[in-house]
Amino acid sequence: MISFRQVGKRYPGGFDALKNISFSIAKGEMVFVAGRSGAGKSTLLKLAAAIERPTSGSVLVKEQDTGRLKKSAIPYLRRNFGIIFQDHKLLFNKTVFENVFLPLQISAFDPREAASRVRAALDKVGLLGRERAHPVELSGGEQQRLCIARAIVNRPSILIADEPTGNLDSEYSGIIMDMFKSFNQVGVTLLISTHDEFMLQKLKPRVITLSQGELST
Amino acid sequence: MMAWLAINFHVLASTLRKLLRSPFSSFFSICVIGIALSLPTGIYVLFENLESLSKTFTGAPQISIFLAKDASPAEISEIGSRLKRNPLVKHSRFVSKDEALEAFKKDAEFSDIATSLGKNPLPDAFIVLSRENSAQTLESLHKAMQAWPKVEHVQLDSNWARRLDSFLKLGHIATVILALLFGLALVFITFNTIRLQILTQKDEIEVAKLIGATNTFIRRPFLYLGALQGLAGGIAAWFIIAAGLHFLNDAISELAQLYATHFVLSNLGARESLSFFFLSSCLGWLGAWLSVSRHLWEIS
Repeated sequence: MISFRQVGKRYPGGFDALKNISFSIAKGEMVFVAGRSGAGKSTLLKLAAAIERPTSGSVLVKEQDTGRLKKSAIPYLRRNFGIIFQDHKLLFNKTVFENVFLPLQISAFDPREAASRVRAALDKVGLLGRERAHPVELSGGEQQRLCIARAIVNRPSILIADEPTGNLDSEYSGIIMDMFKSFNQVGVTLLISTHDEFMLQKLKPRVITLSQGELST
Repeated sequence: MMAWLAINFHVLASTLRKLLRSPFSSFFSICVIGIALSLPTGIYVLFENLESLSKTFTGAPQISIFLAKDASPAEISEIGSRLKRNPLVKHSRFVSKDEALEAFKKDAEFSDIATSLGKNPLPDAFIVLSRENSAQTLESLHKAMQAWPKVEHVQLDSNWARRLDSFLKLGHIATVILALLFGLALVFITFNTIRLQILTQKDEIEVAKLIGATNTFIRRPFLYLGALQGLAGGIAAWFIIAAGLHFLNDAISELAQLYATHFVLSNLGARESLSFFFLSSCLGWLGAWLSVSRHLWEIS
């Protein structure tokens, strides 16, 4: 499903965020990316989501080399992903409903079907009934769940989450991890970055550990 | 196709709502566009009116055809027939040499000279009025008549027609230059208005791009906004011109009455108005396209 082959990422100014990274993730797998702050976790996730392009090596997503894809083809590839951003990237001038509706609007869904999908996604994350609220009226945990609803509304085959439990207490973290497990059980491939050692010990998932931009054993 | 139409209808409706949500800023933007467009269009309308007026002047230039002294009555009649057959000739009148001398004698200034003449030195002549008064038509008539048999001389006073023609040509060039300048101004105004809109929706654009929006999807609402502003600006310009013509017409009707005539300045016709609205929409669309493209290029 996702394959990194000797991937390197150098930012302008010469900083190497990732060096010679190789791994593969099979369809339906749940993989965690661990490492300290600045280890390159977010860069790796951005490369997997085709938000960044590698400076060396190749990233294959659904057998498509993201580095060789035409710029115009990238948006269509991204529609296969559900992305949960570290900083949520919620639209604060829009309602909960409109935030979740956006990916369906982009994919040109029929408005009626889109509305029922939005309600289903909000129901899954426990936000049904808050459609008219604005993100600013939600708690940190609710905002995170809203972000998850937006990521799953398109029923993506790959879910990428950057530190999804970073700012949450252990109770909310547990709820969100349970959600991810339920998505994984229906065949969704998950790539999640975290530095929560406690969670990794509890779940015992497959972990890719990064240290200063390199894979560490 | 239905999905595409539904998306475009949805975007159009939400763009209209957006315009109505901020009525004051929308109104001022539309007014600025309207004023910018009304200047060249107003001048164009004035020149169009002037041109149509020049075609209906009763004081049209006369063409005098002086015949050769030895022209026989049959040859004179042939020239008369040619004039009647010519589609460019509105009216022609034969003035015999005797009639001309009589008129000469009646003129107080020349009566003494006329009576002292031993024999009539004046030729037979035709006085011709052209159907069209453009310098080009008059010149071509002049040339054709000069070549007819037994025509000694053709006199045409086309200087004023030439002057008017040159003035109208100059006016048209000035209108084109002004239209280009103010068309550019409209593009720049829309560019700036849309740039401000983009800045207020910067986060939305960024998120949409991250989750799979194409450039077309990002551009669409801004293009509608630019086109709608251009269209509304065009309509505003039309009303500004109509109001201007209304006030001018009051003064012009008084002036026309002094010349015992009736003349009213008219606005753009239906087809011209529709073309004008379409053009103003296109210019608004272009300004928006440039603005969004610049922003997309920056974020890519």
